[in-house]
Amino acid sequence: MKLKLALAQINTKLGVVESNLEKHLAQIEKASKEKADLVVFPELSLTGYSLQDLAPTVAHRAVPEDLVFKRLLDASQDIDVVVGFVEEDLRNRFFISSAYLSRGEVSHVHRKVYLPTYGLFDEGRFFAWGDTTAAFNTRFGRVGILICEDFWHVSPPYLLWLDGADIFLFVSASPGRGLTSAPQLSTAQWVESINRAYASIFTSFVVHCNRVGYEDGLHFSGGSTVFGPDGDLLAKAPYEDESLTFCDLDLNQLHRSRSRLPLLRDERTALTQRELNRILNRDGSSSGR
Amino acid sequence: MKNLDINTDLATEIISGFIHSETTRAGFSKAVIGVSGGIDSALSCFLAAHALGGENVLAVRMPYTTSSQDSLDHAQLVIDKTGVQSTTIPIGAIADGLINQFPDMSKMCQGNIMARSRMIVLYDRSVEFKGLVVGTSNKTEILLGYSTLFGDSACAFNPIGDLYKTQVRQLSRALGVPDIIVDKAPTADLWAGQTDEGELGFTYADVDQLLYLLVDERYTPEECVQEGFDKKFVETVVKRIQRSHFKRIMPPIAKLSNRTIGYDFLYLRDWGT
Repeated sequence: MKLKLALAQINTKLGVVESNLEKHLAQIEKASKEKADLVVFPELSLTGYSLQDLAPTVAHRAVPEDLVFKRLLDASQDIDVVVGFVEEDLRNRFFISSAYLSRGEVSHVHRKVYLPTYGLFDEGRFFAWGDTTAAFNTRFGRVGILICEDFWHVSPPYLLWLDGADIFLFVSASPGRGLTSAPQLSTAQWVESINRAYASIFTSFVVHCNRVGYEDGLHFSGGSTVFGPDGDLLAKAPYEDESLTFCDLDLNQLHRSRSRLPLLRDERTALTQRELNRILNRDGSSSGR
Repeated sequence: MKNLDINTDLATEIISGFIHSETTRAGFSKAVIGVSGGIDSALSCFLAAHALGGENVLAVRMPYTTSSQDSLDHAQLVIDKTGVQSTTIPIGAIADGLINQFPDMSKMCQGNIMARSRMIVLYDRSVEFKGLVVGTSNKTEILLGYSTLFGDSACAFNPIGDLYKTQVRQLSRALGVPDIIVDKAPTADLWAGQTDEGELGFTYADVDQLLYLLVDERYTPEECVQEGFDKKFVETVVKRIQRSHFKRIMPPIAKLSNRTIGYDFLYLRDWGT
């Protein structure tokens, strides 16, 4: 089975949902014309990243009654769509979320579980923490979504793997930083190396869609990637520039890679659970929160 | 010695994108830069010309009566090499209008008046040219507070404020800033014979190494001494950073209400664009 994927590596207008929505619809149409099955947008693709006090004013709910989502759901009849947005729940908590839309329905919403609140980041000040990392079924098999800092931690990808995800959809709006003599920023190098590592050790497809553009002095470097179950780079979007990058995923590669390297078969989840319980229950544990 | 080398192609690409983004999102297409003949403003001018096109950049030379001819000539080299538009507006009359009222005025106060006079000229010309004022302060001088508040530090945005002086030199060479500008002793040229390093009491090469450890690598002052830096030097620099912090932040507002500018009224400059 093949899946034609489109990475919509876009720039956004900060806090202007209508304008960003139009860009989404145009990209979806373009991807659809190219016969893509799935188009992935970056973190907070409907709103921009550094929202601060704008966060509550740009929030939406992934329901058909929401005027923004209605148009996105209408656009998802022929092509599945992953879109990033500020989600307001029924009790008025605001999350950094990504929704998977398919055939006019919301298949899944992931709420970011790790909100970086250090250095240049201040997400914990403005957003609520998501509480689950669940894989979900799509017409291409089982998929998991994580948002930026979620996959800087090793546990959410691991949990998704055990929950059945064979395709990891990672989205980010990662401010580039760490200029050295190397031809890439250190953050770009880091993200590429961990995504390749996840693809290899989980023998899975790892898709990463990062945004481009600037917000004040912050810059988002793009360079979105797709890695296959052998850790091979299957596609890479340019740095700095907007692009719609296509990649054919041969899902049969999962069979071949896992025949060669049965890491999933041999994963000792009961041992992991037992040891985690021991470590977290131990008095004076230094690891646990 | 820490290696402060940067990839100059990557730096140029990111900074050019930044200049273009910050200019156009504010509704402008042009920029205005005070070009002194020194390396920092030369680099800012090269980068702005690269990002916006030379015809969209106005370089303003603003000599005081005691400014050296070299400064003017070197500024002209930058203008010629970048193909930017240019104008020369002497600030003698503006600055002396105040300076002459106080015969015993210190050199520092006179220097501040010159820097602020240039700010007035730049912001005035920016209206006429319909361009934004581009900053020319580097990371070293910002951290050391080696600038005049509301003078040379005033700008709409700053493309080189995250580059240490040593890195400014590296990037300047890569972009073709004339050697004579890159190689000369940095000076504010507020009075004859003034040099930055003479006034500061240490070299940029040394202080950049120290600042890199203190700021970028988060070393404690004690750890810097253990790395071989002179204790007095470390103390001087740490004190300078702390005492000049007021120059790096907006003036604090006394909080009274539930929502106060600066504390809980938080939006980026690029809000809505």
